[in-house]
Amino acid sequence: MKITMTVNGVAHTNEVEPRTLLAHHIREALDLTGTNIGCDTSSCGACTIHVDGQSVKSCTMLAVQADGCDITTIEGLADGDTLHPMQRCFQQNHGLQCGYCTPGMVMAAVSLLEENPDPTEREVRLGLEGNLCRCTGYHNIVASVLACAAEGNGATS
Amino acid sequence: MIPAAFDYVRAESADEAIALLTEHGDEAKLLAGGHSLLPLMKLRLASPTVLVDVGRLDDLRFIRDAGDHISIGALTRHRDLEISELLGATAPLLKHAAGHVGDPQVRHRGTIGGSLAHADPASDLPAVVLALGGTLVAKGPNGQREIPIGEFYTGFLESALEPDELLTEIRIPKLTTLGWSFQKFNRRAQDWAIVGVATVRAEEGSGVGLVNMGSTPLSAAGVVEALRSGASAAEAADRAVEGTEAQHDNNATVEYREHLARVLVRRALEESGLA
Repeated sequence: MKITMTVNGVAHTNEVEPRTLLAHHIREALDLTGTNIGCDTSSCGACTIHVDGQSVKSCTMLAVQADGCDITTIEGLADGDTLHPMQRCFQQNHGLQCGYCTPGMVMAAVSLLEENPDPTEREVRLGLEGNLCRCTGYHNIVASVLACAAEGNGATS
Repeated sequence: MIPAAFDYVRAESADEAIALLTEHGDEAKLLAGGHSLLPLMKLRLASPTVLVDVGRLDDLRFIRDAGDHISIGALTRHRDLEISELLGATAPLLKHAAGHVGDPQVRHRGTIGGSLAHADPASDLPAVVLALGGTLVAKGPNGQREIPIGEFYTGFLESALEPDELLTEIRIPKLTTLGWSFQKFNRRAQDWAIVGVATVRAEEGSGVGLVNMGSTPLSAAGVVEALRSGASAAEAADRAVEGTEAQHDNNATVEYREHLARVLVRRALEESGLA
């Protein structure tokens, strides 16, 4: 089946099998390997991307379901060499350890601030409940998101 | 994990979806948000040969005031329910519980119709709609019919929907609510409830729904009967496991689930304002 989606501002048309998962399509057909696959069971959130502006676990969506959609992956956040504010806040607050969960965490965090630009610490923790960090580095991840919100970055994407 | 191969058809209308279901019979499954079906297909626990995608039927995505009830389109996403001011004013239990389904990413995709039709006893929303006494509207080749939620669940992952019927709408009666509560007991964030309880106390009567206390979503009939005859929260909660058939699994024994049901029903009734 032929599908077209806009990924990080670029339109891609590909022939896919209906059973192709969006995460696999992005990584293998579009060669955007920043989106990680962790648990493969919609639990860990490592594969989180944005579909039409909302965070979605791309291991639990078919590529054909995203036909015609506007997709943003971790590769699409930065503006050239300038990091997205959320990426910069993760860097400045050491919001990562091994880094495997980081692309999904950042994508979930950006979506969270879109919906709630000024969250409390508890709201950040609840808002990231769909993302697991096996290093258990949650403290600095939450600090990173709060720092980004404090800069007034809630409504940018 | 990759699902077994299937044919994919995107329906452009409810009628087209029903025609496709009629054509393919029980070989076909409806795909809405996909957050119940796709995990089962990835595990190869489900292998439909045709997927009929109804996810783009935006005319079935609405929350409307319909006079004596709130009308919710089956493709309304959990996120839409979670932020609905209309639901906040008329069915706060549903708004609250929708915000506890899965996690934000799941709520962005999952739909109320998909969750109800999937008929998983571990899901949150069936128990909530049972407590609220909702009515489901199903559309098939011969028109539409209304199914009270109490008659909807017929077995494990089985409902009263015919293979060629599409759930189109959920009707939630407007109650004069005195109090409500949603108790979800799990070990980790985003887990399914080990046991969950949804309660509503209203001038029209009380409703109590149970999550994960049998092979289907259940109404706590004994509790409701006790409340009708003026029982206290503790007295009513003593009857929480009447008619249930809790299962043993890695999370809990039957005995533990029954204990949780009694405790959570009491807490829920107390939080609903019953002494």
